[in-house]
Amino acid sequence: MAHYLDIVIRSIFLENLPLSFFLGMCTFMAISKQVKTATGLGAAVLVIQVITVPINNLILTYVLKPGALAWAGQPDLDLSFLGLLTYIAIIAAVVQILEMVLDRFIPALYNTLGIFLPLLTVNCAIFGGTLFMVERDYNFGESVAYGFGSGAGFFLAVVCLGGIRERLEYADPPAGLKGLGLTFISVGLMAIAFMGLAGMEM
Amino acid sequence: MAETNRELISRSIFQRNPIALLVLGICSALATTGQMTTAFVMSICVTLVVAFSSMTISIVRFQIPNSVRIGLQIMVIATLVIIVDQILKAFFFGLSKQLSIYVGLIITNCIVMGRAEGFAMSNPPIASFFDGIGNGLGYGFILMSVAFVRELFGSGSLFGYEILQLTTNGGWYLRNGLLVLPASAFFLIALLIWLLRTIDPNQQEKD
Repeated sequence: MAHYLDIVIRSIFLENLPLSFFLGMCTFMAISKQVKTATGLGAAVLVIQVITVPINNLILTYVLKPGALAWAGQPDLDLSFLGLLTYIAIIAAVVQILEMVLDRFIPALYNTLGIFLPLLTVNCAIFGGTLFMVERDYNFGESVAYGFGSGAGFFLAVVCLGGIRERLEYADPPAGLKGLGLTFISVGLMAIAFMGLAGMEM
Repeated sequence: MAETNRELISRSIFQRNPIALLVLGICSALATTGQMTTAFVMSICVTLVVAFSSMTISIVRFQIPNSVRIGLQIMVIATLVIIVDQILKAFFFGLSKQLSIYVGLIITNCIVMGRAEGFAMSNPPIASFFDGIGNGLGYGFILMSVAFVRELFGSGSLFGYEILQLTTNGGWYLRNGLLVLPASAFFLIALLIWLLRTIDPNQQEKD
């Protein structure tokens, strides 16, 4: 149990997707002007991450890994080169299905998350989560923990940035630095603050 | 077509730089700039993928049904990225380990998708190819400039060769630890954006 908790804590604070691996930057920068929209985006990333990372883990274990197709009578097959193509297809499919299911059964949630879902198909944070899972060779339980942790990390970072940017509205920076430039600097400072947590270990 | 192929390349490097002005594809731009070598390889990979994916998509642009075009574009891009990834793994295994997941992440790099959707779908193959090369070079230009500063002042070397002799090796240069950290990439890009937007005030954000 402590092992899974360690993965969660580590992926939220130490290996935060946007702040230490720069993943999902495009949406991270674009949709963090207000806390409210930032919360919606963060929640959407969290939900999709929790679903797609474990699914891709199952696909990897039972279809793509060398010898994974032994159950289908093909023990010599190695399909791992198809990985990238498969993962992105799975992510696109999950996002689409989630959108339809939410629209049909939980309209309230669809109204908050709906507009962000299509954006997330080609979001590096989602795809990067899966690729890290593959690279680190997580098993199914670990991939559930990692999916949750990395999603929660993104949520935390984007909501914080939303709060900071709301305050920055009142600042008066040089014209060339306005908007994007100032946001980059705030994110840099946040990244340094998160690094201060590096001593935490379970 | 009003612009020549040369203009297509040069305008993407300066006037319409994908990273600094259109804010596309920042993820990998920040992550692979710790060293010149990784930044250089990453720029080449992205340039190749953008150029060939734009060309391929432009060739088949009349056959693509509008409703599934995004999916098809991703498939073309993913296939090209797999080819690049396999080539790196086969011939430059060390580099491919260093770049870790960022080669795979070219698929979700907004520059590639952006050019496919914004340019290749409505222009002939040759023009799309050059537009892709231009955008790849514009991306590479930013990557290399950030990596230059980070590696020179962070580790005292360029492409792994020692330029400023470090105090740890008995030299005079005390390395700047901040530039090795991920956070420094944010500051450098912010400064670069500030510079470009001061030179060209049209790019500044209004309220």
